[in-house]
Parts: sequence; C-alpha cells; structure tokens
Amino acid sequence: MMRAFELTKTKVRYPGSDFPALDDVSVGADEGEIVLLLGSNNAGKSTFCRLLNGLVPNSIPAQVGGKAEVLGRDVRRTSVARLATLVGMVFQEPDNQLFCMSVEEEVAFGPENLAIPRAEIIARVEWALEAVGLSGYNARSPSNLSGGEKQRLVIAAALSMRPRLLVLDEPAYALDPAGRLDLYALLRLLRERYGMTIIIAERDAEEMAELCDRVILLRNGRVVADGPPSEVLSDIDEVVAAGVSPPQIAHLSSLLADRFPGKTRPFLTTDDAEKEIADLVRTAGSGAP
Amino acid sequence: MNASVTARRLPIISLQDVRFSYEGGIEALKGVSLSVARGENVAVVGGNGSGKTTLAKHLNGLLKPSSGRVLVGGEDSSKTSVAMLARTVGYVFQNPDYQLFCTSVEEEVRFGPKNMGFGRDDESALAERALKLMDISHLREQSPVSLSLGDRRKIAIASVLATSPIVLILDEPTTGLDSVESAQLMATLDVLRSEGMTVVLITHDMRLVAQHMDRVVVMSEGSVALDAGVEEAFSDPDRLRRCKLLAPPITVLAQRLQAQGVLPKGAATPLQLVELVARVRGERQ
Repeated sequence: MMRAFELTKTKVRYPGSDFPALDDVSVGADEGEIVLLLGSNNAGKSTFCRLLNGLVPNSIPAQVGGKAEVLGRDVRRTSVARLATLVGMVFQEPDNQLFCMSVEEEVAFGPENLAIPRAEIIARVEWALEAVGLSGYNARSPSNLSGGEKQRLVIAAALSMRPRLLVLDEPAYALDPAGRLDLYALLRLLRERYGMTIIIAERDAEEMAELCDRVILLRNGRVVADGPPSEVLSDIDEVVAAGVSPPQIAHLSSLLADRFPGKTRPFLTTDDAEKEIADLVRTAGSGAP
Repeated sequence: MNASVTARRLPIISLQDVRFSYEGGIEALKGVSLSVARGENVAVVGGNGSGKTTLAKHLNGLLKPSSGRVLVGGEDSSKTSVAMLARTVGYVFQNPDYQLFCTSVEEEVRFGPKNMGFGRDDESALAERALKLMDISHLREQSPVSLSLGDRRKIAIASVLATSPIVLILDEPTTGLDSVESAQLMATLDVLRSEGMTVVLITHDMRLVAQHMDRVVVMSEGSVALDAGVEEAFSDPDRLRRCKLLAPPITVLAQRLQAQGVLPKGAATPLQLVELVARVRGERQ
C-alpha cells in the first residue's frame, strides 16, 4: 500500500516570520487512514494542511526544508493543478468557498477546469452529490442551504475531483453539534466506501476518539505525540500542554487513575466509564481491589 | 436556581409573543415569550438557523419585532433608540472585527463611555475597570488589528463593559479560540457573574453551558423548545438531538450514574465527578 503522505524532517518558514510554522516534522500516514491533526491556534495545523495540497509553497510563498511527499510525489515539484486531482481541500467557512449559482455548477467547477468530457463530469457530479447525501439538490442555490448542507456541498465539490486524500481544516467550525456528528459519520462513510484517506485539523478533541485511527498532536510547529487516540488522548498532561482541552471522558479516566491508583482501567468511552465508576463505587470499603 | 426565586426578581428583559420576519418573508421568530431577571445567567442554544442570533438581536433592540413586544429595562424596544437601550444592554458580536475600529486598544475601550456622554472622570474609571477585568491593560497602546483573535474578543468585550451595562449579551464568544483562550474568557465571565452581571450567552459549546450557566433556553425553528435549568435541559438526549444539540459527555455519564443510584447529581466537569466518587466512597467506608 502506498503512503498517503510522508514528511521527513520537514520545516516550513514563511517570509518575514521569526519562527518556523512547522519545525523538524517527521510523520506520515497510510492510505485509508483517518488522521486527526490536533493543536491550538498557531500550532501549525493549517500550514500542515496547505503543505499537503501544495498551496504551501507553490501558491503561498514559504521556505520548505526536508522532504514533503504526497502519494509518492515531492510536493515542491508537483503543480498545484496536479495535486488538486489527488488532494481535496475543505476549509473552515463554507461561505468562503462557494461562489456558483447552483449546487450542480459548484460541484462541476473543479472537473470542468480539468477539461474532462461532459458525460464524465455529469457522472462525477451525481456521484459526489450522492456520496455526501445531497442527491437531487442539483438546481438549488448554495446560498439557500443550511450550514450543514453547505459544508456537505464543499466536500462534494472536493470529491468531484476524485481525490485520494481529503484534507479538512476545522470543518466543524460553523456547524451545530448535530451537524458535527453528521459530518463525522459522512467522513467515516467516505473511508469505508471509497478507501479515502482523511486528514482533519481540529483544536477540539471532543468526540474525535471514535472517528480517528491516529492522532498527531502539534505544538509550536512540532509533533509532540503521534499514535492511536487511546494513547495520545490519554496523555492528558501532553494534551493540555499543547493548549488543547482533552476529551472529557479521557480526562476523567486520567483524574480517576491519579486519585485512585490501580483501582480503575483506562477508558475513552462513556459506556466503559460507566462500568468502571460503578465498580469503583461499589467496591469501596469492601476490601476488594 | 428555582422558579419561585426567579419569579420574585424583576425582569430586566421581557419578550411577549415576539414574531419576526426577515425581508423576503422567512419567519425567524414564531412567537417567543421569555424574561430574563437581573443577575441571571442564561445560555441561548440551538442548531444553525434555529433563531438564536435573531432572538439575541431583539434583546438590545438591534432588531424590532414584527409583532409582539420587547421590554428592556421597562422600555418598549420599538419606541426606544438602540443608543438608549445600549445603556442597559451591551452586545458583543461573534466577529470582534465588526466592533473594533480605533487605532489603539485604550481608545477603543473609551469610545463607548465617551460616546454615551459619561464625564471624563467616569470615562477613565470605566475604561480602566474594563481593561483590568479583561486583563488587557498591558495592551492599551497596541492597535487592535495587530492582536490575536482571543485578544480582539477581549477588547470587544471590554469596550462593551466600559459602557456599564446591566446585561451583557455574548454571541458565540469562544468560537475560533483555543482551549486556553476559551478557558480564560469563561473565567472572566464567571467573575462578572459573581459581581451580579446579567449574562446571556449564545453558544454551540454545551460543555461551557454545563459548567458556567444556570438556565438554558433551547431554540428550535424559531420557537423556544425548552426553557429550564441546566440539569433538566440536558436530561433528555432525544429531545436535545431533535433540537440539533448534544449534552456534554460528562453530563450524560453523570446522569446515567445517577439513574443507577451510583452517584448523586451535581457533576458538570470531570474533576467534579471525581470529587463525587471520592465522597461516595468515603461515606461507604
């Protein structure tokens, strides 16, 4: 299986900036993984995302040191147009990314610029709208859609390029809590059905443990932890030091372990928490471990 | 807070069967009635497009009802200028850049009280107090546009606080902030609340609601779907989901443990839940 991306001692510095936005980053992912880039504001998440689709340094000038490969291609030597067919990009605010009169035009815009035959474009539009649950919305005006629908439309527009990687920079920013869960269900579906690699940058780890296979924790442009959510999100001190509030249940697990050493097993889900705490309370004073 | 206590307090804001339609005919509020008492802390929550922000803009007269009545400090908002109502109600926009326009932080914070005709001494005192409360005195000489989003939010709040309002309305003040900035902001709001400020907080973050607010107004499709204390508001997951909301994980867990008779109620944070476990274990031993 091909690596979705591979950064090796990667350093990114913007002109005029005193500090590198990414510093000595060595990290990669396999195709088909769902990876969370977790960090506070200014941790380097957006630079990481923009490097993966070549916006940095090909459109946004920056010095890039070390190696940066996406699907085996050197990002610096690959055109933004070519990368756009491999890496779909979704930003925070759907309103800033929508500009067409109809849903259909919006989704067709990318492939039209690739000079793909008309029949193929129509097929891709239908496929992309179906994938995000917007079939039949073709003639609707994007500006009349709800916040969640707009975000789905932006994702459909990225999907119509048939990318192998989907990179989302804080995609839940403008969504309500239910819209956020719907978005995560959609991302899981895209991975299951199409084997797509999904990279999500977020500053909030709540509800992420169930979505992601891997968490890369960034702090001041450096990778400070990289592993499965059960490992990275349980290290509360590291998460907090990175300026991220830990998921409540993981935080609880860690606080209980500190307060009652050896009496609970670590947990990440509400169900497991319920069992552990019920046992902990019921065994109190009974002499049981 | 129990209902009888609320009832005895004088409402500072009251909405009576308020309906509002935007141009083009979309009815954003479909008969909303509620009142906010002095000193209360109310979260207004709901999905995208539920009418939260439209409701909030009625609380200070930025929008006037198409029908029904809004009373702010006893004045009918339809018959009173926004400038007059601003003496009672301060409004902090979601995007601080809509509010900030001066060249220095200090000027920005002084602008409100100056504009309202407070005397020069009062203006200084109010501005200093607001700068101190928001912990931005050290930024007074700086230009707001050069600062981070977290700092710009604080400046926007300080400039509203400097007008000495009775009610502070904040529209999603933590959006775009990271956890450190967000915790700082909420800690400051806690100080204001402890000093008796009436706070209306519009937010998508249910963890903040559970930890910091007393009362929750749930908006759904332009109506008040629920108006209750925090515990009760988060007690029915299905109802919340229909309103496009989710209770925070700790609240869900605490309620399940309470239903099983494992723990008493009262945990809104992981730390509080651990304290409850320790207390119950202690009692058993």
